[in-house]
Amino acid sequence: MSEIREVIVKTDRLATDKYQVNMGPQHPSTHGVLRLLVTLEGEKVLNVQPHTGYIHSGIEKMCEAITYPQIIHLTDRMDYLSAHMNNEAVALCVENALQVEVPDRIKYIRTIMDELSRLASHQLWWCVFGMDLGALTTFFYGLRDRELILDIFEETCGARMTVSYNTPGGLMFDIHPNFQKRVKDYIKYFKKKLPEYDELLSGNVILRERTDGVGYLSLKEAIDFGVTGPSGRASGFSCDVRKHLPYSAYPFVKFDEILDHRCDTFARYEVRIKEMYESISIIEQLIDNIPEGDYAVKMKGVLKLPEGEFYQRVESARGEFGVFIVSDGKKNPYRVKFRSPGFSNLFALNSMSKGHKIADLVAIMSTLDLIIPDIDR
Amino acid sequence: MTNEQLISQLTERFPGAIVVPGKQYVEMTVEAGSLHGIAAILKEEHDFAFDFLICLTGVDYAENMAVVYHLESILHRHMMVLKVRTDDRVNPALDTVSDVWITAKYHEREAYDLLGIIFNNHTDLRRLFLEDGWGFPLRKDYVDEVRIVER
Repeated sequence: MSEIREVIVKTDRLATDKYQVNMGPQHPSTHGVLRLLVTLEGEKVLNVQPHTGYIHSGIEKMCEAITYPQIIHLTDRMDYLSAHMNNEAVALCVENALQVEVPDRIKYIRTIMDELSRLASHQLWWCVFGMDLGALTTFFYGLRDRELILDIFEETCGARMTVSYNTPGGLMFDIHPNFQKRVKDYIKYFKKKLPEYDELLSGNVILRERTDGVGYLSLKEAIDFGVTGPSGRASGFSCDVRKHLPYSAYPFVKFDEILDHRCDTFARYEVRIKEMYESISIIEQLIDNIPEGDYAVKMKGVLKLPEGEFYQRVESARGEFGVFIVSDGKKNPYRVKFRSPGFSNLFALNSMSKGHKIADLVAIMSTLDLIIPDIDR
Repeated sequence: MTNEQLISQLTERFPGAIVVPGKQYVEMTVEAGSLHGIAAILKEEHDFAFDFLICLTGVDYAENMAVVYHLESILHRHMMVLKVRTDDRVNPALDTVSDVWITAKYHEREAYDLLGIIFNNHTDLRRLFLEDGWGFPLRKDYVDEVRIVER
């Protein structure tokens, strides 16, 4: 007996020791090169310190040496799952500065592309989220459906992920003749498949045990940390730029801003699933009504922005994406700053995961939907 | 609150600041010394209630360093831009606003990392992306003979 008691006492002492573990930069659940310095007590997370910069590529510095249409191509490489929205932010910012109004056809196509990439991004997020929690089947379901969207992108834009499709003044090319038919076919197909996502994962007991009440982020914290996008809306933070400052064709469509007040990991999961239904509805409202016309406005050969400072906000798949351009009237910007959603979202991780188990940290980080090049830029 | 109302409220409340309508949003330029007090008022007072710091940008204007804050009020849904400049270009220093908006803590680390702006009273002012001793690449006088290709 005494021997056993001794062992128990020893294990207890082991369990109360604090120690630090490096999660990443090559850990599969960090989805890229992010290092988390985790302080643990046994399995309990005491502190999470994110270390960034492994994929810092100096995009803001590079922008100072190139012209405005060239910047478009760099924005693809930041948040590569929301490439359309990033392109659009720069395009809109330049158009606003030059006071160019694009025709409705361009607005419609831009919005359809935005929503398609939001669908693709949420699909990838869903399948990777399942995989992070050990459900590998979701990975095949999600990628199967996402692949078809990338095919549509490839046909029209010539690229699957780094599309560079929106340019200042319009679009790079007109849509492919098959575009409308393919999108309609896809929506018909995906409407049948989306309920499968719910059936497969949403009601799963293991998933619910690991997500309900885990990773609480209150509304006040969400605003304080600037957590936007689906992660912020799951805390009841009404932060949808599409709703509050509608741009492109968003004023013409009806959709709901999905809000949830449960503030936990499962709320963030469900907000994204519901957003996929909204995206489908937005695409359905627009796809048959694309007006005829040109796909680009005639712009000057060399774009020079008037002197001043311009800020443009758009809603990317993981939150509010902002572009801040300081212009001194030359063809290159004086200073460019990208407000990336992932950057602000990442630093809420510490307060969300304190006191939880290390396995929950993986689930919490996964629902923030981080893209590392977006954080490091 | 409309932009006109916001301008008149701001001019009345902060006599020392320069308030202009701006191209998109209301812009207010304040003295470096009064930054922290004004930031706290902007967040706490009900008329302004700027509780969401969207974006914090450091800018090198060649003759001085500046930090630009984009603010939004969730309650009133109005936006403004707060600007502060320091004349010391070599060792620019400002008060931190990370105790007012938590997210500023990390945005300020980025501004320190890339522009070398020092934020007084910041609890954890370390480099965010680059290694120690790199220099401050977003400054206009930054020269890196090895890694920059001149065109």
